[in-house]
Amino acid sequence: MMEFLETVLTAKYNYWIYIILMMIGIWAMIAKVNLIKKIIGMNIFQTAIILFYVSIGAKKGGTIPILEHAPGHGHDYIMDADKYINPLPHVLMLTAIVVSVATLGVALALALKVYREHQTLDEDEILSHLSE
Amino acid sequence: MIDQYPSLILIAPLLFALFVFISAWFSRKPAFIMSALALGLSAAAAMGLLGQVIANGPLSYRIGGWAPPMGIEYYVDHLNALVLFVVSSLAFWNLIATRPDIEKSYGDKAPVFYTLYLLSVAGHLGIVVTGDAFNLYVLLEIAALSGYALLAMGNTRAQLSTLRYLFMGTVGASFYLLGVGYMYIMTGSLNMLDLQRLLPSLYGSPAIAAAFGLVLVGIFIKMAFFPMHAWLPGAYSDANSPASSLIAPMTTKVMVYAMIRMCLTVFTPEFTFKAAWFADGIVWAAVVAMVMGAFFALSQKDMKKMLTFVLISEVGYMVGGFWLGNRLGITGSMLHIVNDAVMTLCVFLCVGCIAYRTGSTKFEALQGLSRKQPFTMAALVIGALAMIGVPPTCGFYSKWYLILGGLDAGHYGFVAALVFSSLMNVILFFRIFEIAFFEPYGDMHGDHYHGPPHEKIQDAPWSMVLPLLVVAVGLVVLGLYSGFIVTNIIDFAIPATII
Repeated sequence: MMEFLETVLTAKYNYWIYIILMMIGIWAMIAKVNLIKKIIGMNIFQTAIILFYVSIGAKKGGTIPILEHAPGHGHDYIMDADKYINPLPHVLMLTAIVVSVATLGVALALALKVYREHQTLDEDEILSHLSE
Repeated sequence: MIDQYPSLILIAPLLFALFVFISAWFSRKPAFIMSALALGLSAAAAMGLLGQVIANGPLSYRIGGWAPPMGIEYYVDHLNALVLFVVSSLAFWNLIATRPDIEKSYGDKAPVFYTLYLLSVAGHLGIVVTGDAFNLYVLLEIAALSGYALLAMGNTRAQLSTLRYLFMGTVGASFYLLGVGYMYIMTGSLNMLDLQRLLPSLYGSPAIAAAFGLVLVGIFIKMAFFPMHAWLPGAYSDANSPASSLIAPMTTKVMVYAMIRMCLTVFTPEFTFKAAWFADGIVWAAVVAMVMGAFFALSQKDMKKMLTFVLISEVGYMVGGFWLGNRLGITGSMLHIVNDAVMTLCVFLCVGCIAYRTGSTKFEALQGLSRKQPFTMAALVIGALAMIGVPPTCGFYSKWYLILGGLDAGHYGFVAALVFSSLMNVILFFRIFEIAFFEPYGDMHGDHYHGPPHEKIQDAPWSMVLPLLVVAVGLVVLGLYSGFIVTNIIDFAIPATII
């Protein structure tokens, strides 16, 4: 039992956290009727994936990927990739964050338009308005 | 200049989107000319590129001179050269063909529409040209975000249906991103050709299987493959016609391309088609898509909405044909990407012309249309024949390959569904013709029917009808050139290991 906890849960906790966050996001998108809550759920979903990417770059005992911070204080560089945190997933996520912010902006703008049209953000009420 | 074609295709619309937006602060006159110039440039570059690829084979373009796999690479082979040419020329032609409608529907917002139009086209072209898996995600979202904005500028329902599309689209893109993340963990690479080289040693790993599944699900959501199709009809039919006649022919086809790229280039065909139950399951899902799409289409009372369900059937053709896993089926699927894009453009442009005059696409509004809009109806007849698959038009040839592929694979369910869905198309379109050609137009007072009024021809403006007729004729020309496309382009796009 303890072994299971250590190998599956503790050692890979970053994956569990991203899966839990993702499920919270999906649940909000499916179960909530308020459009803003759905949008926030969508953002949680995207953020979960961003956290997943950020976490996979990390290494135990790794340092930031700048040569001066390397052991030896930049005098004799140790060009050993194992010693550095992988910066590439973080760079990728800069782009993904921009994408998710843009999506959030478009979604909120659409919600605003819907609200102006129907004076409510409740999806069920809007649908009953539309079917009239 | 010739060496720069791959980036020119993308940079022309991207850069001009900025210029159009800035120039609109001073005058809204040049917006159309600039957009047409950008898309024309893009289409010309795509044509040049296609010629180059046919002559010299696949080529790789290094962005900023950085060598792959570290730098981002644009990889152009026969398949994406063809899709690039189709998408860029469709976008260009749709812009020309809908100009009066754009001015009428968007008024002062026309420059904004042109900007978004260019961005959306740039995103779609980028998905096709890129050779980098993460780059594909970013361009996917550029295409989608500008697409949401385009579709949301429609009738009063458009904002809500676009918001639903946005939810689904974002989930789809996120699944794709997650799948790419799994591949990156396992291989440390994002370049498609590099992945192709690195992945085979890892094929046993469950993480790679998960990556493949996540990428596929993401792409399926984005292309509105059957169980994930619910967002498409609302989003496309509530939008204004110029936006829907751009996005309907483009997005689903580009996503089918992305699926083929993932299955044949990133993963090898041996891996993709290894698990027979999996490939078979997707073909059966495609069968359901074809049949249900046809039934849903039959229950519609609005022409545009009906066509969106036909589109869902068409996605089933392409996905099913590809997952048959034999050469004929994949040829049919690739040929159908081209043909379906042009057919969809044709019928959606017809819808645009009808909506331009009558203001509605409901079936009641179609009465007597054959007399009022004879040219639009003529184009619609050709478009419908292509959708049904009548020989001289292009739809016949791709369906022929698909049926041969289905027989070759022994998948009779697929063949039956394809024939059934084509027959349903006959019913769907002839119902429209019946209303437009034979139902009396005008007032009927009880028993006293006054006969058809002598309605003057009031077709859409020439600037819309002429380009539409060119597309309709193009359907026949494309059909006649099917053999050329298959032997010179598609045959080279399919790996030799697939027989």
